[in-house]
Amino acid sequence: MMKSFFRSTSPFKPSPFRMVVSYLILGAWAFIILFPLYWLFITAFKLPAAVNNGPFYLPFVDFQPSLHAWEYVLGEVGNDTIRLFTNTVGVSLISATLALVIGSGAAYALTRFQFRPKVGTIFVFIGCVLLAIILTVLGAPWALAVAVAIALFVISLLTIARRFERALGNSDIAFWLISQRIMPPVAVVIPIYIVFQQLRLLDTWIALIITYVATNLPIVVWLMRDYFASIPYELEESAQIDGASRFRIFNQIVLPLSVPGLVATFLFVLVFCWNEYLLALFLTNARAQTMPLAVVAQNATRGPQWWYMSVLVLIMIVPVIIMAIALERYIARGLLVGAVKG
Amino acid sequence: MATITSSASLPATRVRASPGERLAPAVFLLPAVLVVLFVSIFPLILSLFLSLSRLRFEAGGLKVQFVALDNYRKLLFGSEQKVLFGTLATPSPIGWVVLAVVALLMLASVYRAIRDARSGRAIAGRVIAAIVLAGLTYLVVASLLAPEGRPGTLVVTMLYVAVGITVQYLLGLGLALLCAQQLPGRRFFRVVFLLPMMITPVGVGYLFRMLADTNKGPLEPLWVALGMQDFAWSNNAWGARIAVMIGDIWQWTPFMFIVLLAAIEGQEVEPVEAAIVDGASNWDIFRHITLPAILPVSTTLILIRMIEAFKIIDLPNILTNGGPGTATETLTLYAYRIWRALDIGGSAAIAYLLLFLVTFFATLYVRTLRGRVSTA
Repeated sequence: MMKSFFRSTSPFKPSPFRMVVSYLILGAWAFIILFPLYWLFITAFKLPAAVNNGPFYLPFVDFQPSLHAWEYVLGEVGNDTIRLFTNTVGVSLISATLALVIGSGAAYALTRFQFRPKVGTIFVFIGCVLLAIILTVLGAPWALAVAVAIALFVISLLTIARRFERALGNSDIAFWLISQRIMPPVAVVIPIYIVFQQLRLLDTWIALIITYVATNLPIVVWLMRDYFASIPYELEESAQIDGASRFRIFNQIVLPLSVPGLVATFLFVLVFCWNEYLLALFLTNARAQTMPLAVVAQNATRGPQWWYMSVLVLIMIVPVIIMAIALERYIARGLLVGAVKG
Repeated sequence: MATITSSASLPATRVRASPGERLAPAVFLLPAVLVVLFVSIFPLILSLFLSLSRLRFEAGGLKVQFVALDNYRKLLFGSEQKVLFGTLATPSPIGWVVLAVVALLMLASVYRAIRDARSGRAIAGRVIAAIVLAGLTYLVVASLLAPEGRPGTLVVTMLYVAVGITVQYLLGLGLALLCAQQLPGRRFFRVVFLLPMMITPVGVGYLFRMLADTNKGPLEPLWVALGMQDFAWSNNAWGARIAVMIGDIWQWTPFMFIVLLAAIEGQEVEPVEAAIVDGASNWDIFRHITLPAILPVSTTLILIRMIEAFKIIDLPNILTNGGPGTATETLTLYAYRIWRALDIGGSAAIAYLLLFLVTFFATLYVRTLRGRVSTA
């Protein structure tokens, strides 16, 4: 099935009439997509007057293009823009890479090994987390509360938890990991804020990266798990007989075979991190701010500064669009395998 | 969940293995579990606690007071009820019909569960699902299909999800079918159609604010021609809602399109060719070959989009700021607004309601489809 993706020929050969109609519809949708982008593009070259005095469509004909917005964004506040851009690039690249490494490891483990976590252990763990929270709220220093909870967890793990024999399987773990995506970020952002505040990590890359990795892990596990499942196991078995270790098999056999899935997943996660606004808003205030925050910041008290905004959005989307165009084949294929196995 | 298939054919792990080998499963899985535990589960529990308390910023720090279910009471029955549920009124005749149909369907579903002698837990699950669904339907009917009603954030969120996903799926499917034909230059369309998904939702919000401007936007001649140049869509509840939905559809149709296109192109060629030789119409080919082939992908695709769509915040926040009033406010935006008003407990309570809502619909969707798709 993999080979048949993106054939140059298609079994659907339209008649000339259908071809014209198809082109018309596809062209109309392409216009709907491209026109807003065109508007964004020309707004970035408009003087405030050209924006405020009504619609002007064609540069040099309707209005005189100007580089004033670019000069402002890249010159006057250029240092800020560079910092914002570096933050966005750095945070998204690191987050997407980490999420991919951690997530595909988990996805691989869930397709190749049998796990049997005990229900008792899980309940003891949740109980200990609750205890730590209650202790902290009651006024104990959080470090002490965590230490007490960990100690209690270890003790009960060795004693009480063994009594509960019921165990879960791989599909339960996978369900649990994937279901984390259901959780709306707004439900956890306040506790995350408090935790990072306690750890003095607010407004740092680390806070953003940890959060982004966690929110995007479910997507990685979801897509990569099915991708790994579609790779025949015989290859690995023969490598194993030859004495290759698990990690070598994973690195040298499984990963190279999964490149389309990895690329698609990476790009998908990267775009999510790149464009993320809500969590960045809560977790940063100056140094670690990312581009989406800067775009919103142009909505100043004097009214939205459309020209600056357009420049910032353009700077933001150009790298992603270049990547998307270059990797377009992988995106569809990688996402499809994740969804097909459903 | 539909994506979780039982992994029955797992090979047994080798018995005599080096310590490194024996630890391998843990090394692979544990990082993910730990990250999710500390960044998702732990905050989730803390958040539950916050939703049961009232936080006050005072001199010398934060004061936490346990108030049990007071935040939820305020939302569901108290001062915030009008925002969450909207103004409920007597439904119109159509509303009553819809309500009656849904109620009958729910009764039938419960009756079938009892008739098939399912386990007690399954029946209880059906009953709860039926009650929740009927309740939500009443909310929708009494606020949308009632002349005097006004939808609250809960109904508005569901409206965005329902309309958005339906339109995105149908548009994406239609475009994918067209693009799957042998057309010269279809790679151009494929790349162009992908673009909106790459733009930050915040940017899309501002972009559509520019475009929708009836005075200075590019559509101004059109508005003038319609005699609506003074129409302020942002001051009209339905105008603003439609603007948000259009922005969402513009941004996310590409996602549906790209995956459906890959699915259509990935289907077996032979049945299609055989059908063409036999003189089957295009509709027959679609109905009997293509549609069944892309159905599994479609269900997962809709599930992914549904989960994401419930969390929509950036677009309405930028495009309309939730207004006029709270007409376009989604649950996430609502929680965010309450948070900014420093009612952290109330915000956490809204977030939890949203979590229940998404989980409910995701579970319902998967349960309903699991039977259908596999037997179809």
